[in-house]
Amino acid sequence: MSEDLAWATSAQIAHAVSSGASRALDVVDDCLARIEARNPTLNAFTAITADRARAKARAVDAAPDKAKLPLAGVPFAVKNLFDIEGLATVAGSKINRARPKAEHDSPLIERLETAGAVLVGALNMGEYAYDFTGENVHDGPSRNPHDVSRMTGGSSGGSGGAVAGGVVPLALGSDTNGSIRVPSSLCGVFGLKPTYGRLTRARSFPFVASLDHLGPFARTTLDLALSYDVMQGADPDDPACAQRGHEFATPELTHGLGGLRVAVAGGYFQKGAFPEALEALARVAEAAGADDEIEIPEAARARAAAYVITATEGAALHLDRLRRQARDFDPAVRDRLIAGAMVPAALVDKAQIFRRWYREQVLKLFERYDAILAPATPCTATKIGQQTFVIDGVELPVRPNVGIYTQPISFIGLPVVAVPVPLKPLPIAVQIVAAPWREDIALRIAHALEHMGAVAAPRPNL
Amino acid sequence: MADPLDDFIVTAAKALDLPVAPEWQGSIKANLAVTLKHANLVAEFKLPDEAEPAPVYKA
Repeated sequence: MSEDLAWATSAQIAHAVSSGASRALDVVDDCLARIEARNPTLNAFTAITADRARAKARAVDAAPDKAKLPLAGVPFAVKNLFDIEGLATVAGSKINRARPKAEHDSPLIERLETAGAVLVGALNMGEYAYDFTGENVHDGPSRNPHDVSRMTGGSSGGSGGAVAGGVVPLALGSDTNGSIRVPSSLCGVFGLKPTYGRLTRARSFPFVASLDHLGPFARTTLDLALSYDVMQGADPDDPACAQRGHEFATPELTHGLGGLRVAVAGGYFQKGAFPEALEALARVAEAAGADDEIEIPEAARARAAAYVITATEGAALHLDRLRRQARDFDPAVRDRLIAGAMVPAALVDKAQIFRRWYREQVLKLFERYDAILAPATPCTATKIGQQTFVIDGVELPVRPNVGIYTQPISFIGLPVVAVPVPLKPLPIAVQIVAAPWREDIALRIAHALEHMGAVAAPRPNL
Repeated sequence: MADPLDDFIVTAAKALDLPVAPEWQGSIKANLAVTLKHANLVAEFKLPDEAEPAPVYKA
């Protein structure tokens, strides 16, 4: 098992494999050995697809066009709500283990593998994606590589842990209210939540149809952009997937900050933030030349509306299972969903009416700015099992409140790159929020900050 | 006198055919109270009658 390969980026691996300097099979064998060695500590993987990975790696090595594959031989893993052919899509639940095995891979897996990447397994997550902790009552908690007594954040906890822990250079997760950005923050890796409708969600297990996004985790912005670019494209199998062609971000990455207007979100987005979140925000703002502080109007109400829509759409999705198999749920998830089922529809409609108004107000801000910075989480990783923390003088449950700064953004589907600031002893991320369909701008800013040394994925002592 | 939210949960559970074990009631009530608090924060925000919801149906 190679320590160099553990921390190699997707771009470095793809270059080595496509040039013939390394074999994909050796890279994948090394990755599988690393999963074996590190997973007992990190608990990031719930399934390992070793046979298929080796077969795919051999196919990459034999491919006549491997020099053209942008992700040749790059091992990756996916949150276990993505369909993987031959496996039941468990979505972190006990109930879904009885589902028939998936007959086809998720299209995002197919697109990554077409680009030469190699799926090595499925990753731990909070049950049905309804948490921000990465803790799972059935599979055990994902553990943070920077301190294994602490949570990864969730719900894509295994995705954050596997990338931060040097097990894989690339992972996929989902983000309904912050489930890519929260674990990116707490595990100290880069995460991209694209615009709502950008990446197909076909053949993934849903949570909240009007809020669900899929996206990548990586240890560099280049790796985020490379994977994002190959996953783009319309898909009639996802009714929300936009009919847009490819808008490649990788060629834009190195254009720097020149000409970009960046502001910092104040008010709601700094109220209640712990000192480490404010320090990270200040560091990123200074590096980005973001002197203006702006107010995102009615952000607290936006978060509240996202909360209501999540509870009620989630309850609708699971209503039959709640009726038949309530005792098979994680009790914390069950009780939130049952409560969601009881919310009057008039209040849900109010939230959807507010949503349109809020979107129009926030889009006006992008007439003056290309990007807005905001904290990703109010604090660094809390202890696994910690039930409460104090925000703005009020003791609140951890599980629903780690995402207070991510929810008002995903509520209207804006693209975000979470960039990790390597504070000691634990990292924490900042959100770079762009206008709809401008992932390229958020990635370009993230890349510039990375080259300045303001943001980086720190290597844990495992 | 029973808390109206407790009564609501019992009645709603029957209407929706949802099994609610007595030991779940407290947690469901806490979650429902928080969700209704959020919902009312949104509902009290005045918008014109003509304001459309975000999802738009297209034939």
